[in-house]
Amino acid sequence: MAQGVFAITEQRDGELRKVSFEAVSEGRRVADGLGADLTAVVLGSGIEGLAEELKKYGPDKILVADDAALADYTTDAYTNVLAELIQSSDPAVIITGASAQGKDLSGRLAARLDAGLAMDCVEIKLDNGNLTYTRPMFGGKIVAKVEIEGSPQIVAIRPNVMDIVENSKEPAIEKPAVQVGDLKTKIIEMKMETGDKPELTEADIIVSGGRGTGGDYAAVEELANELGAAVGASRSAVDEGWRPHSDQVGQTGKTVSPNLYVACGISGAIQHLAGMSTSKYIVAINKDEEAPIFSKADFGIAGDLFEVLPAIIAEVKKLK
Amino acid sequence: MDIVVLVKQVPDTESLVQIADDGVSIKTQDIKWIMNPYDELAVEEALQIKEAQGGTVTILTLGPEKAVETIRTALAMGADQGIHICDPAAEGSDALAAAKLLAAALKDLPYDLIIAGHRAVDEDNYQVAAAVAEFMGIPQISMVNKVVVSDGKITCHRTIEGGTVVVENSLPALFTTQRGLNEPRYASLPGIMKAKKKPVDVKTVADLGVDGGSVGAANRKVKIKAFNLPPERQAVRMIQGEAAADKAAELLKILHEEIKII
Repeated sequence: MAQGVFAITEQRDGELRKVSFEAVSEGRRVADGLGADLTAVVLGSGIEGLAEELKKYGPDKILVADDAALADYTTDAYTNVLAELIQSSDPAVIITGASAQGKDLSGRLAARLDAGLAMDCVEIKLDNGNLTYTRPMFGGKIVAKVEIEGSPQIVAIRPNVMDIVENSKEPAIEKPAVQVGDLKTKIIEMKMETGDKPELTEADIIVSGGRGTGGDYAAVEELANELGAAVGASRSAVDEGWRPHSDQVGQTGKTVSPNLYVACGISGAIQHLAGMSTSKYIVAINKDEEAPIFSKADFGIAGDLFEVLPAIIAEVKKLK
Repeated sequence: MDIVVLVKQVPDTESLVQIADDGVSIKTQDIKWIMNPYDELAVEEALQIKEAQGGTVTILTLGPEKAVETIRTALAMGADQGIHICDPAAEGSDALAAAKLLAAALKDLPYDLIIAGHRAVDEDNYQVAAAVAEFMGIPQISMVNKVVVSDGKITCHRTIEGGTVVVENSLPALFTTQRGLNEPRYASLPGIMKAKKKPVDVKTVADLGVDGGSVGAANRKVKIKAFNLPPERQAVRMIQGEAAADKAAELLKILHEEIKII
Protein backbone atom coordinates (compact mmCIF):
# COMPACT_ATOMS: atom_id res chain seq x y z
CA MET A 1 0.00 0.00 0.00
CA ALA A 2 1.45 3.27 -1.10
CA GLN A 3 2.05 5.73 1.69
CA GLY A 4 4.03 8.80 2.48
CA VAL A 5 4.57 12.06 0.68
CA PHE A 6 7.45 13.00 -1.60
CA ALA A 7 8.38 16.63 -2.16
CA ILE A 8 10.68 17.03 -5.15
CA THR A 9 12.79 20.16 -4.81
CA GLU A 10 14.53 22.17 -7.46
CA GLN A 11 18.00 23.68 -7.49
CA ARG A 12 19.79 25.76 -10.04
CA ASP A 13 23.57 26.30 -9.82
CA GLY A 14 23.50 24.62 -6.43
CA GLU A 15 20.89 26.99 -5.00
CA LEU A 16 17.42 25.84 -4.04
CA ARG A 17 14.65 27.69 -5.78
CA LYS A 18 11.85 29.25 -3.78
CA VAL A 19 9.23 26.82 -5.10
CA SER A 20 11.20 24.06 -3.37
CA PHE A 21 10.39 25.51 0.04
CA GLU A 22 6.78 25.85 -1.01
CA ALA A 23 6.70 22.19 -2.10
CA VAL A 24 8.30 20.94 1.14
CA SER A 25 6.08 23.14 3.34
CA GLU A 26 2.97 21.98 1.52
CA GLY A 27 4.27 18.41 1.65
CA ARG A 28 4.59 18.71 5.44
CA ARG A 29 1.00 19.91 5.74
CA VAL A 30 -0.32 17.12 3.50
CA ALA A 31 1.78 14.45 5.24
CA ASP A 32 0.49 15.60 8.65
CA GLY A 33 -3.05 15.44 7.36
CA LEU A 34 -2.53 11.92 6.09
CA GLY A 35 -0.59 10.83 9.17
CA ALA A 36 2.31 9.98 6.89
CA ASP A 37 6.01 10.73 6.56
CA LEU A 38 7.41 13.43 4.32
CA THR A 39 10.47 12.76 2.20
CA ALA A 40 12.17 15.71 0.50
CA VAL A 41 14.21 14.84 -2.57
CA VAL A 42 17.01 17.00 -3.90
CA LEU A 43 18.92 16.23 -7.08
CA GLY A 44 22.16 17.78 -8.26
CA SER A 45 25.91 17.52 -8.13
CA GLY A 46 27.86 18.32 -4.96
CA ILE A 47 24.68 19.45 -3.26
CA GLU A 48 24.94 17.82 0.16
CA GLY A 49 24.71 21.23 1.82
CA LEU A 50 21.22 21.75 0.47
CA ALA A 51 19.85 19.12 2.82
CA GLU A 52 20.73 21.43 5.74
CA GLU A 53 18.58 24.15 4.23
CA LEU A 54 15.64 21.80 3.65
CA LYS A 55 15.60 20.67 7.28
CA LYS A 56 13.93 23.92 8.24
CA TYR A 57 10.71 22.97 6.51
CA GLY A 58 10.17 19.76 8.39
CA PRO A 59 10.79 16.68 6.24
CA ASP A 60 11.16 13.34 8.08
CA LYS A 61 13.69 12.22 5.55
CA ILE A 62 15.83 13.85 2.88
CA LEU A 63 17.03 11.92 -0.14
CA VAL A 64 20.10 13.47 -1.75
CA ALA A 65 20.62 12.22 -5.29
CA ASP A 66 24.12 13.39 -6.07
CA ASP A 67 25.64 12.71 -9.46
CA ALA A 68 27.61 14.79 -11.97
CA ALA A 69 24.90 14.06 -14.57
CA LEU A 70 22.30 15.69 -12.30
CA ALA A 71 24.09 19.06 -12.00
CA ASP A 72 21.69 20.74 -14.43
CA TYR A 73 18.17 19.58 -15.11
CA THR A 74 17.57 17.25 -18.03
CA THR A 75 14.32 15.40 -18.56
CA ASP A 76 15.95 12.03 -19.06
CA ALA A 77 18.39 11.97 -16.12
CA TYR A 78 15.93 13.44 -13.62
CA THR A 79 13.05 11.20 -14.73
CA ASN A 80 15.21 8.07 -14.62
CA VAL A 81 16.51 8.79 -11.13
CA LEU A 82 13.20 9.92 -9.67
CA ALA A 83 11.20 7.05 -11.16
CA GLU A 84 13.54 4.63 -9.45
CA LEU A 85 13.42 6.44 -6.09
CA ILE A 86 9.64 6.61 -6.29
CA GLN A 87 9.25 2.98 -7.23
CA SER A 88 11.37 1.84 -4.32
CA SER A 89 9.66 4.09 -1.73
CA ASP A 90 6.12 3.82 -3.14
CA PRO A 91 4.80 7.21 -1.95
CA ALA A 92 1.07 7.98 -2.19
CA VAL A 93 1.54 11.63 -3.09
CA ILE A 94 4.31 13.42 -4.98
CA ILE A 95 4.51 17.21 -4.85
CA THR A 96 6.67 19.28 -7.14
CA GLY A 97 6.68 22.86 -8.39
CA ALA A 98 4.88 23.78 -11.60
CA SER A 99 7.97 25.66 -12.74
CA ALA A 100 9.53 25.23 -16.18
CA GLN A 101 11.42 22.26 -14.76
CA GLY A 102 8.50 20.86 -12.80
CA LYS A 103 6.09 21.03 -15.72
CA ASP A 104 8.52 19.22 -18.00
CA LEU A 105 9.40 16.64 -15.36
CA SER A 106 5.97 15.88 -13.92
CA GLY A 107 4.38 15.20 -17.31
CA ARG A 108 7.09 12.72 -18.17
CA LEU A 109 7.13 11.14 -14.73
CA ALA A 110 3.34 10.71 -14.70
CA ALA A 111 3.50 8.84 -18.00
CA ARG A 112 6.35 6.63 -16.81
CA LEU A 113 4.57 5.77 -13.55
CA ASP A 114 1.09 5.63 -15.16
CA ALA A 115 0.02 8.13 -12.51
CA GLY A 116 -2.57 10.88 -12.49
CA LEU A 117 -1.16 14.40 -12.47
CA ALA A 118 -2.84 17.60 -11.30
CA MET A 119 -0.87 20.42 -12.93
CA ASP A 120 -0.39 23.96 -11.65
CA CYS A 121 -2.44 23.57 -8.48
CA VAL A 122 -3.17 26.56 -6.29
CA GLU A 123 -4.63 24.63 -3.35
CA ILE A 124 -4.55 21.12 -1.89
CA LYS A 125 -7.50 20.25 0.34
CA LEU A 126 -7.51 17.40 2.82
CA ASP A 127 -10.77 15.87 3.83
CA ASN A 128 -10.75 12.60 5.79
CA GLY A 129 -7.64 11.40 4.07
CA ASN A 130 -8.94 12.38 0.63
CA LEU A 131 -7.06 14.94 -1.35
CA THR A 132 -8.76 17.44 -3.62
CA TYR A 133 -6.71 19.65 -5.88
CA THR A 134 -7.75 23.09 -7.05
CA ARG A 135 -6.38 24.08 -10.41
CA PRO A 136 -7.18 26.91 -12.80
CA MET A 137 -8.18 25.88 -16.31
CA PHE A 138 -8.94 27.87 -19.46
CA GLY A 139 -6.15 30.21 -18.42
CA GLY A 140 -7.86 30.95 -15.11
CA LYS A 141 -11.38 31.54 -16.41
CA ILE A 142 -12.43 28.36 -14.60
CA VAL A 143 -11.23 27.01 -11.27
CA ALA A 144 -11.54 23.22 -11.25
CA LYS A 145 -11.59 20.86 -8.29
CA VAL A 146 -10.07 17.52 -9.22
CA GLU A 147 -9.30 14.24 -7.52
CA ILE A 148 -6.80 11.65 -8.63
CA GLU A 149 -7.50 7.94 -8.71
CA GLY A 150 -4.79 5.44 -7.89
CA SER A 151 -1.29 6.07 -6.69
CA PRO A 152 0.99 7.78 -6.73
CA GLN A 153 -0.87 11.05 -7.16
CA ILE A 154 1.37 13.70 -8.65
CA VAL A 155 0.66 17.34 -7.96
CA ALA A 156 2.60 20.26 -9.41
CA ILE A 157 2.01 23.43 -7.40
CA ARG A 158 1.93 26.88 -8.95
CA PRO A 159 4.98 28.87 -7.82
CA ASN A 160 4.39 31.80 -5.47
CA VAL A 161 1.02 30.60 -4.17
CA MET A 162 1.53 28.14 -1.29
CA ASP A 163 2.85 29.33 2.06
CA ILE A 164 6.39 28.62 3.17
CA VAL A 165 6.27 27.35 6.76
CA GLU A 166 9.32 26.74 8.91
CA ASN A 167 8.96 23.62 10.99
CA SER A 168 12.43 22.47 11.92
CA LYS A 169 13.09 18.75 12.33
CA GLU A 170 16.11 16.53 12.52
CA PRO A 171 15.49 14.34 9.49
CA ALA A 172 17.32 11.26 8.35
CA ILE A 173 19.54 12.19 5.41
CA GLU A 174 20.19 9.44 2.89
CA LYS A 175 22.33 9.40 -0.19
CA PRO A 176 20.99 6.59 -2.33
CA ALA A 177 23.06 5.23 -5.20
CA VAL A 178 21.48 6.55 -8.36
CA GLN A 179 21.39 5.28 -11.91
CA VAL A 180 21.05 8.16 -14.34
CA GLY A 181 20.62 5.67 -17.19
CA ASP A 182 21.03 6.22 -20.89
CA LEU A 183 21.12 9.98 -21.47
CA LYS A 184 20.10 11.49 -24.78
CA THR A 185 20.05 15.18 -23.96
CA LYS A 186 23.22 17.25 -24.12
CA ILE A 187 23.23 20.71 -22.57
CA ILE A 188 25.18 23.06 -24.81
CA GLU A 189 24.72 26.33 -22.99
CA MET A 190 22.70 28.10 -20.31
CA LYS A 191 21.91 31.65 -21.36
CA MET A 192 20.70 33.47 -18.29
CA GLU A 193 19.69 37.10 -18.09
CA THR A 194 22.02 38.98 -15.83
CA GLY A 195 20.98 41.30 -13.04
CA ASP A 196 18.73 40.58 -10.13
CA LYS A 197 15.38 41.38 -11.67
CA PRO A 198 12.86 38.85 -10.41
CA GLU A 199 11.27 36.45 -12.85
CA LEU A 200 7.65 37.17 -13.72
CA THR A 201 6.17 33.97 -12.27
CA GLU A 202 8.17 34.35 -9.05
CA ALA A 203 7.91 38.08 -8.46
CA ASP A 204 6.17 39.51 -5.40
CA ILE A 205 5.28 42.64 -7.34
CA ILE A 206 4.66 43.04 -11.07
CA VAL A 207 4.32 46.35 -12.89
CA SER A 208 2.71 45.63 -16.22
CA GLY A 209 2.20 47.86 -19.24
CA GLY A 210 -0.20 47.62 -22.14
CA ARG A 211 -1.29 49.48 -25.21
CA GLY A 212 -1.68 52.67 -23.19
CA THR A 213 2.10 52.94 -22.87
CA GLY A 214 2.33 53.52 -26.60
CA GLY A 215 5.56 51.53 -26.40
CA ASP A 216 7.20 53.85 -23.89
CA TYR A 217 8.09 51.64 -20.94
CA ALA A 218 10.46 54.04 -19.19
CA ALA A 219 8.04 54.90 -16.37
CA VAL A 220 6.84 51.28 -16.02
CA GLU A 221 10.44 50.12 -15.75
CA GLU A 222 11.41 52.86 -13.32
CA LEU A 223 8.53 52.01 -11.01
CA ALA A 224 9.42 48.32 -11.26
CA ASN A 225 13.02 49.14 -10.35
CA GLU A 226 11.96 51.23 -7.37
CA LEU A 227 9.74 48.41 -6.10
CA GLY A 228 12.10 45.52 -6.94
CA ALA A 229 9.34 44.30 -9.23
CA ALA A 230 9.22 42.39 -12.48
CA VAL A 231 7.94 44.04 -15.65
CA GLY A 232 5.00 42.45 -17.44
CA ALA A 233 3.12 43.24 -20.62
CA SER A 234 -0.21 42.65 -22.28
CA ARG A 235 -0.54 40.62 -25.42
CA SER A 236 -1.05 43.67 -27.60
CA ALA A 237 2.15 45.24 -26.28
CA VAL A 238 4.04 42.06 -27.15
CA ASP A 239 2.38 41.82 -30.55
CA GLU A 240 3.48 45.41 -31.22
CA GLY A 241 7.03 44.31 -30.50
CA TRP A 242 7.37 46.64 -27.53
CA ARG A 243 8.23 43.87 -25.10
CA PRO A 244 9.67 40.33 -25.46
CA HIS A 245 7.32 37.33 -25.46
CA SER A 246 8.71 36.28 -22.10
CA ASP A 247 7.05 39.35 -20.52
CA GLN A 248 3.54 38.47 -21.66
CA VAL A 249 0.90 37.91 -18.98
CA GLY A 250 -2.32 36.18 -19.98
CA GLN A 251 -3.92 33.04 -21.31
CA THR A 252 -1.39 32.81 -24.13
CA GLY A 253 1.46 33.99 -21.94
CA LYS A 254 2.33 33.54 -18.30
CA THR A 255 -0.11 33.11 -15.47
CA VAL A 256 1.08 35.11 -12.50
CA SER A 257 0.15 35.33 -8.82
CA PRO A 258 2.12 38.18 -7.26
CA ASN A 259 1.14 39.96 -4.07
CA LEU A 260 0.69 43.15 -6.06
CA TYR A 261 -0.06 43.56 -9.74
CA VAL A 262 0.02 47.10 -11.12
CA ALA A 263 -1.67 47.26 -14.53
CA CYS A 264 -0.70 50.43 -16.42
CA GLY A 265 -2.55 51.32 -19.59
CA ILE A 266 -4.00 47.82 -19.87
CA SER A 267 -7.65 47.78 -20.87
CA GLY A 268 -8.23 44.26 -19.55
CA ALA A 269 -8.90 41.88 -22.44
CA ILE A 270 -10.49 38.70 -21.13
CA GLN A 271 -7.39 36.64 -21.91
CA HIS A 272 -5.17 39.07 -19.97
CA LEU A 273 -7.49 39.11 -16.94
CA ALA A 274 -7.38 35.30 -16.89
CA GLY A 275 -3.61 35.39 -16.45
CA MET A 276 -3.41 37.77 -13.50
CA SER A 277 -6.67 37.39 -11.61
CA THR A 278 -5.09 35.27 -8.85
CA SER A 279 -2.86 38.19 -7.85
CA LYS A 280 -3.44 39.13 -4.22
CA TYR A 281 -3.94 42.85 -4.87
CA ILE A 282 -4.49 44.51 -8.22
CA VAL A 283 -3.99 48.20 -8.94
CA ALA A 284 -5.21 49.53 -12.29
CA ILE A 285 -4.18 52.81 -13.85
CA ASN A 286 -6.06 53.72 -17.00
CA LYS A 287 -7.31 56.81 -18.79
CA ASP A 288 -10.62 55.14 -19.58
CA GLU A 289 -12.77 54.91 -16.47
CA GLU A 290 -14.92 52.29 -18.19
CA ALA A 291 -11.98 49.95 -18.98
CA PRO A 292 -12.75 46.31 -18.01
CA ILE A 293 -9.52 46.15 -15.98
CA PHE A 294 -11.23 48.17 -13.23
CA SER A 295 -13.79 45.39 -12.74
CA LYS A 296 -10.95 43.06 -11.65
CA ALA A 297 -8.93 45.60 -9.67
CA ASP A 298 -8.92 46.36 -5.95
CA PHE A 299 -7.72 49.91 -6.41
CA GLY A 300 -8.06 52.09 -9.46
CA ILE A 301 -6.73 55.39 -10.66
CA ALA A 302 -8.45 56.97 -13.62
CA GLY A 303 -5.78 59.05 -15.27
CA ASP A 304 -2.95 59.37 -17.74
CA LEU A 305 -0.25 56.87 -16.79
CA PHE A 306 2.44 59.34 -17.94
CA GLU A 307 1.28 61.69 -15.19
CA VAL A 308 0.29 59.10 -12.59
CA LEU A 309 3.36 56.84 -12.77
CA PRO A 310 5.95 59.61 -12.18
CA ALA A 311 3.86 60.77 -9.23
CA ILE A 312 3.78 57.24 -7.81
CA ILE A 313 7.54 56.86 -8.37
CA ALA A 314 8.10 60.10 -6.44
CA GLU A 315 5.97 58.80 -3.57
CA VAL A 316 7.81 55.45 -3.52
CA LYS A 317 11.12 57.31 -3.31
CA LYS A 318 9.84 59.21 -0.29
CA LEU A 319 9.42 55.91 1.55
CA LYS A 320 13.12 55.16 1.32
CA MET B 1 12.26 14.95 -42.77
CA ASP B 2 8.88 13.55 -41.78
CA ILE B 3 7.20 15.68 -39.14
CA VAL B 4 4.04 15.00 -37.15
CA VAL B 5 2.33 17.94 -35.48
CA LEU B 6 -0.06 17.36 -32.58
CA VAL B 7 -2.89 19.86 -32.63
CA LYS B 8 -5.98 20.46 -30.57
CA GLN B 9 -9.13 22.46 -31.14
CA VAL B 10 -9.86 24.76 -28.18
CA PRO B 11 -12.21 27.62 -27.31
CA ASP B 12 -11.02 30.99 -28.59
CA THR B 13 -9.03 32.75 -25.85
CA GLU B 14 -11.25 35.81 -26.32
CA SER B 15 -14.31 33.67 -25.48
CA LEU B 16 -16.17 34.01 -22.25
CA VAL B 17 -16.20 30.56 -20.67
CA GLN B 18 -19.38 29.50 -18.87
CA ILE B 19 -20.02 26.46 -16.75
CA ALA B 20 -22.50 23.90 -18.10
CA ASP B 21 -25.43 22.61 -16.04
CA ASP B 22 -23.55 19.43 -15.08
CA GLY B 23 -21.06 21.61 -13.17
CA VAL B 24 -18.02 19.76 -14.52
CA SER B 25 -17.83 20.98 -18.10
CA ILE B 26 -18.26 24.20 -20.05
CA LYS B 27 -21.11 25.38 -22.24
CA THR B 28 -20.03 24.68 -25.77
CA GLN B 29 -22.71 26.53 -27.69
CA ASP B 30 -21.79 30.14 -28.55
CA ILE B 31 -18.10 29.31 -28.38
CA LYS B 32 -15.83 30.06 -31.28
CA TRP B 33 -13.38 27.20 -31.74
CA ILE B 34 -9.81 27.75 -32.86
CA MET B 35 -6.57 25.87 -33.23
CA ASN B 36 -4.71 25.99 -29.91
CA PRO B 37 -2.45 29.06 -30.32
CA TYR B 38 0.71 27.14 -29.38
CA ASP B 39 -0.17 24.48 -31.98
CA GLU B 40 -0.26 27.17 -34.66
CA LEU B 41 3.39 27.81 -33.84
CA ALA B 42 4.02 24.06 -34.14
CA VAL B 43 2.40 23.86 -37.58
CA GLU B 44 4.33 26.92 -38.76
CA GLU B 45 7.66 25.54 -37.55
CA ALA B 46 6.97 22.18 -39.21
CA LEU B 47 6.19 23.92 -42.50
CA GLN B 48 9.36 26.02 -42.31
CA ILE B 49 11.49 22.93 -41.69
CA LYS B 50 9.77 21.11 -44.55
CA GLU B 51 10.25 24.07 -46.88
CA ALA B 52 13.97 24.15 -46.06
CA GLN B 53 14.66 20.42 -45.98
CA GLY B 54 11.83 18.62 -47.79
CA GLY B 55 9.67 15.87 -46.31
CA THR B 56 6.10 15.67 -45.12
CA VAL B 57 3.99 17.31 -42.44
CA THR B 58 1.21 15.22 -40.90
CA ILE B 59 -1.36 16.73 -38.57
CA LEU B 60 -2.59 14.49 -35.77
CA THR B 61 -5.54 15.44 -33.62
CA LEU B 62 -7.86 13.87 -31.07
CA GLY B 63 -11.29 15.37 -30.79
CA PRO B 64 -14.94 15.28 -31.76
CA GLU B 65 -16.13 15.51 -35.36
CA LYS B 66 -15.83 19.26 -35.60
CA ALA B 67 -12.13 19.06 -34.64
CA VAL B 68 -11.55 18.24 -38.30
CA GLU B 69 -11.87 22.01 -38.87
CA THR B 70 -8.56 22.43 -37.08
CA ILE B 71 -6.93 19.78 -39.27
CA ARG B 72 -8.29 21.59 -42.35
CA THR B 73 -6.83 24.87 -41.07
CA ALA B 74 -3.40 23.24 -40.75
CA LEU B 75 -3.74 21.63 -44.19
CA ALA B 76 -4.67 25.04 -45.61
CA MET B 77 -1.50 26.48 -44.05
CA GLY B 78 0.42 23.86 -46.06
CA ALA B 79 0.49 20.54 -44.17
CA ASP B 80 0.14 17.41 -46.30
CA GLN B 81 -2.27 15.10 -44.54
CA GLY B 82 -4.31 14.67 -41.41
CA ILE B 83 -5.16 11.92 -38.97
CA HIS B 84 -8.21 12.44 -36.82
CA ILE B 85 -8.80 10.20 -33.82
CA CYS B 86 -12.53 10.61 -33.60
CA ASP B 87 -14.55 8.30 -31.41
CA PRO B 88 -17.22 9.03 -28.79
CA ALA B 89 -15.43 6.47 -26.60
CA ALA B 90 -12.38 8.76 -26.51
CA GLU B 91 -14.22 11.92 -25.58
CA GLY B 92 -13.39 13.34 -22.18
CA SER B 93 -10.09 11.47 -21.95
CA ASP B 94 -7.62 12.92 -19.48
CA ALA B 95 -4.12 13.94 -20.55
CA LEU B 96 -2.59 10.52 -19.97
CA ALA B 97 -5.29 8.69 -21.96
CA ALA B 98 -5.12 11.30 -24.73
CA ALA B 99 -1.38 10.71 -24.94
CA LYS B 100 -1.93 6.94 -25.14
CA LEU B 101 -4.26 7.40 -28.11
CA LEU B 102 -1.91 9.81 -29.88
CA ALA B 103 1.04 7.48 -29.28
CA ALA B 104 -0.95 4.56 -30.69
CA ALA B 105 -1.62 6.54 -33.87
CA LEU B 106 2.06 7.52 -34.10
CA LYS B 107 3.19 3.89 -34.02
CA ASP B 108 1.95 3.44 -37.59
CA LEU B 109 3.54 6.64 -38.89
CA PRO B 110 7.06 7.30 -40.07
CA TYR B 111 8.46 10.38 -38.31
CA ASP B 112 11.74 12.06 -37.47
CA LEU B 113 10.26 14.86 -35.45
CA ILE B 114 7.09 15.51 -33.45
CA ILE B 115 6.08 19.08 -32.64
CA ALA B 116 3.33 20.13 -30.24
CA GLY B 117 2.17 23.19 -28.35
CA HIS B 118 3.57 23.30 -24.81
CA ARG B 119 0.04 23.30 -23.48
CA ALA B 120 -3.50 23.48 -24.74
CA VAL B 121 -5.17 26.63 -23.46
CA ASP B 122 -8.33 24.77 -22.41
CA GLU B 123 -7.25 22.24 -19.78
CA ASP B 124 -3.78 23.79 -19.32
CA ASN B 125 -2.30 20.40 -18.47
CA TYR B 126 1.21 20.86 -19.95
CA GLN B 127 1.27 17.10 -20.05
CA VAL B 128 0.18 15.44 -23.27
CA ALA B 129 3.35 16.11 -25.25
CA ALA B 130 5.64 14.86 -22.48
CA ALA B 131 3.56 11.71 -22.12
CA VAL B 132 3.58 11.08 -25.88
CA ALA B 133 7.38 11.40 -25.88
CA GLU B 134 7.60 8.94 -23.00
CA PHE B 135 5.33 6.42 -24.72
CA MET B 136 7.35 6.73 -27.94
CA GLY B 137 10.63 6.43 -26.02
CA ILE B 138 12.03 9.64 -27.48
CA PRO B 139 13.40 12.81 -25.85
CA GLN B 140 11.19 15.82 -25.26
CA ILE B 141 12.31 19.43 -25.21
CA SER B 142 9.77 21.80 -23.67
CA MET B 143 8.82 25.43 -24.36
CA VAL B 144 11.18 26.01 -27.24
CA ASN B 145 11.54 29.46 -28.81
CA LYS B 146 14.31 28.64 -31.29
CA VAL B 147 15.18 25.42 -33.08
CA VAL B 148 17.78 24.21 -35.57
CA VAL B 149 17.45 20.82 -37.23
CA SER B 150 20.40 19.40 -39.17
CA ASP B 151 22.38 16.20 -39.65
CA GLY B 152 19.95 14.06 -37.68
CA LYS B 153 20.30 16.39 -34.69
CA ILE B 154 18.03 18.97 -33.16
CA THR B 155 19.24 21.96 -31.16
CA CYS B 156 16.56 23.71 -29.13
CA HIS B 157 16.46 26.85 -27.04
CA ARG B 158 14.30 25.86 -24.12
CA THR B 159 12.82 28.77 -22.17
CA ILE B 160 13.13 28.61 -18.39
CA GLU B 161 12.66 31.21 -15.67
CA GLY B 162 15.10 34.01 -16.36
CA GLY B 163 16.72 32.62 -19.48
CA THR B 164 17.11 29.79 -21.95
CA VAL B 165 18.91 26.47 -22.02
CA VAL B 166 20.34 25.32 -25.32
CA VAL B 167 20.10 21.54 -25.60
CA GLU B 168 20.99 19.07 -28.30
CA ASN B 169 19.32 15.75 -29.02
CA SER B 170 19.48 13.27 -31.82
CA LEU B 171 16.35 12.57 -33.84
CA PRO B 172 13.72 11.30 -33.50
CA ALA B 173 12.63 13.76 -30.83
CA LEU B 174 9.65 15.81 -29.74
CA PHE B 175 9.64 19.47 -28.87
CA THR B 176 6.95 21.84 -27.66
CA THR B 177 6.53 25.42 -28.77
CA GLN B 178 6.69 28.69 -26.91
CA ARG B 179 5.67 32.15 -28.13
CA GLY B 180 8.51 33.85 -29.96
CA LEU B 181 9.36 30.76 -32.02
CA ASN B 182 7.81 32.15 -35.20
CA GLU B 183 4.85 34.07 -36.57
CA PRO B 184 2.28 31.57 -37.83
CA ARG B 185 1.15 32.21 -41.40
CA TYR B 186 -2.46 32.66 -42.40
CA ALA B 187 -4.01 30.15 -44.74
CA SER B 188 -4.20 31.54 -48.27
CA LEU B 189 -7.29 31.15 -50.41
CA PRO B 190 -5.56 28.68 -52.77
CA GLY B 191 -4.32 26.90 -49.65
CA ILE B 192 -7.86 26.58 -48.37
CA MET B 193 -9.03 25.20 -51.73
CA LYS B 194 -6.18 22.69 -51.85
CA ALA B 195 -6.80 21.62 -48.26
CA LYS B 196 -10.22 20.29 -49.22
CA LYS B 197 -8.58 17.62 -51.37
CA LYS B 198 -5.89 16.58 -48.92
CA PRO B 199 -6.42 13.24 -47.16
CA VAL B 200 -7.72 13.05 -43.60
CA ASP B 201 -7.72 9.58 -42.13
CA VAL B 202 -10.28 8.98 -39.37
CA LYS B 203 -9.38 6.47 -36.66
CA THR B 204 -11.44 4.98 -33.88
CA VAL B 205 -10.13 3.71 -30.56
CA ALA B 206 -10.50 0.15 -31.85
CA ASP B 207 -8.59 1.00 -35.07
CA LEU B 208 -5.67 2.04 -32.89
CA GLY B 209 -5.76 -1.16 -30.88
CA VAL B 210 -6.24 0.78 -27.64
CA ASP B 211 -8.31 -0.76 -24.85
CA GLY B 212 -11.54 1.24 -24.64
CA GLY B 213 -11.50 0.65 -20.89
CA SER B 214 -8.44 2.87 -20.51
CA VAL B 215 -9.71 6.01 -22.26
CA GLY B 216 -12.68 8.37 -22.26
CA ALA B 217 -14.42 10.35 -19.56
CA ALA B 218 -15.31 7.28 -17.49
CA ASN B 219 -11.70 6.18 -17.20
CA ARG B 220 -10.04 9.41 -16.18
CA LYS B 221 -7.40 9.12 -13.48
CA VAL B 222 -7.82 12.83 -12.91
CA LYS B 223 -11.52 13.19 -12.07
CA ILE B 224 -13.12 16.58 -12.39
CA LYS B 225 -15.32 17.10 -9.34
CA ALA B 226 -16.44 20.66 -9.93
CA PHE B 227 -15.94 23.68 -12.11
CA ASN B 228 -16.22 27.06 -10.41
CA LEU B 229 -15.79 30.60 -11.57
CA PRO B 230 -12.88 32.44 -9.97
CA PRO B 231 -13.93 34.31 -6.84
CA GLU B 232 -15.18 37.82 -7.56
CA ARG B 233 -13.22 40.68 -6.14
CA GLN B 234 -14.91 43.37 -4.13
CA ALA B 235 -15.86 46.41 -6.15
CA VAL B 236 -12.86 48.50 -7.14
CA ARG B 237 -11.96 51.41 -4.88
CA MET B 238 -11.35 54.33 -7.22
CA ILE B 239 -8.79 56.69 -5.80
CA GLN B 240 -9.93 60.27 -5.91
CA GLY B 241 -7.86 63.40 -5.94
CA GLU B 242 -7.34 66.65 -7.76
CA ALA B 243 -3.94 66.10 -9.33
CA ALA B 244 -1.96 62.97 -10.18
CA ALA B 245 0.26 63.69 -7.16
CA ASP B 246 -2.74 63.55 -4.80
CA LYS B 247 -3.91 60.25 -6.24
CA ALA B 248 -0.40 58.82 -6.08
CA ALA B 249 -0.03 59.87 -2.44
CA GLU B 250 -3.36 58.30 -1.56
CA LEU B 251 -2.48 55.04 -3.37
CA LEU B 252 0.86 54.80 -1.59
CA LYS B 253 -0.82 55.41 1.73
CA ILE B 254 -3.09 52.45 1.07
CA LEU B 255 -0.33 50.16 -0.18
CA HIS B 256 2.13 51.10 2.54
CA GLU B 257 0.01 51.74 5.63
CA GLU B 258 -3.29 49.98 5.05
CA ILE B 259 -2.44 46.71 3.33
CA LYS B 260 1.31 46.98 4.05
CA ILE B 261 2.38 45.51 0.77
CA ILE B 262 5.20 47.93 -0.03
